[in-house]
Amino acid sequence: MDPPKGKRLIVDFAVILIPVLLVLTAAALIWLHNLVAVVMLLGFYSLLMAGLWVILDAVDVAFTEAAVGAGITTVLMLAAVGLTGQGERPGQGNVLVALVVVAVTGGALFYALSDLPPFGAADAPAHTHVASRYLGQSMTEAGIPNVVTAVLASYRGYDTLGEVTVIFAAGISVLALFSRRHGDRKN
Amino acid sequence: MHEFAVLRVATKQLLPFIWLFALYVQTHGDYGPGGGFQAGVIFASGFILYGLVYGVGKARRIVQYRVLIILVALGALIFSGVGVWALFAGGNFLEYAVFADDPAAGNHLGIFIIELGVGITVAAVMTAIFFAFTGRSH
Repeated sequence: MDPPKGKRLIVDFAVILIPVLLVLTAAALIWLHNLVAVVMLLGFYSLLMAGLWVILDAVDVAFTEAAVGAGITTVLMLAAVGLTGQGERPGQGNVLVALVVVAVTGGALFYALSDLPPFGAADAPAHTHVASRYLGQSMTEAGIPNVVTAVLASYRGYDTLGEVTVIFAAGISVLALFSRRHGDRKN
Repeated sequence: MHEFAVLRVATKQLLPFIWLFALYVQTHGDYGPGGGFQAGVIFASGFILYGLVYGVGKARRIVQYRVLIILVALGALIFSGVGVWALFAGGNFLEYAVFADDPAAGNHLGIFIIELGVGITVAAVMTAIFFAFTGRSH
């Protein structure tokens, strides 16, 4: 069923507005040198991405992006800026080399874009492999309505275990780095 | 910190709803958007908000460091424990179908438990990183 006309108009508008804002935010990120402002803009960037995911009907990703990218990462980065200071140190690297690397990588990505299947194409490789099995069978096999959770937790449970291990390792590493402080604070 | 009366009162009113919402996201990941990862982050954000408004020292007294470090490992252990449990139940690693007579019911149970593990580890790690970062600035 097609969405009502008013909703479609909003989506059409947002599909143009959000990428434009994303590019503007990215440009501002490059020009700004105050790290607090940079962190706030990164949060804004994540929020825009979350909006984009909602439009693409990827609500689970949008939820994660909003909670992690726009929310907790911003707070953690602000806390980190509190430790390191607000000013950005002037760059000492070779700007020309960086420009060439970025231009070549970006050019290659844009070149590869032409090989991608059209947006939403039913015969795209992503939709012809295991996706039909997930969409058709997950309710009877995993017994839960949310296909995303069924894929993440059951079909691809091994990958999710890897993700949790990464978070565990990151947490333990940070705690190990900062543990002396905790020892001092013990009462 | 006494001057921010509005922030303090508003925070106190918000906290139960934040944690309740986190539990909702945790348990309803099967039916709608969400799951252990998002729930863990939201749960941790409650402690972070409390720490920001009432001071990290006070938040640390509520969430003991020793408990936090156990929870960081506990979540990951629950997840991999479910995998090993499936091995003992006669299935493959992380094959939840063997947990119940009906494979779908077994899967549902397995997913619920591993999501709980994800939520615990994510919430504990996020809270721990926030405490670690803010504990140094003073």
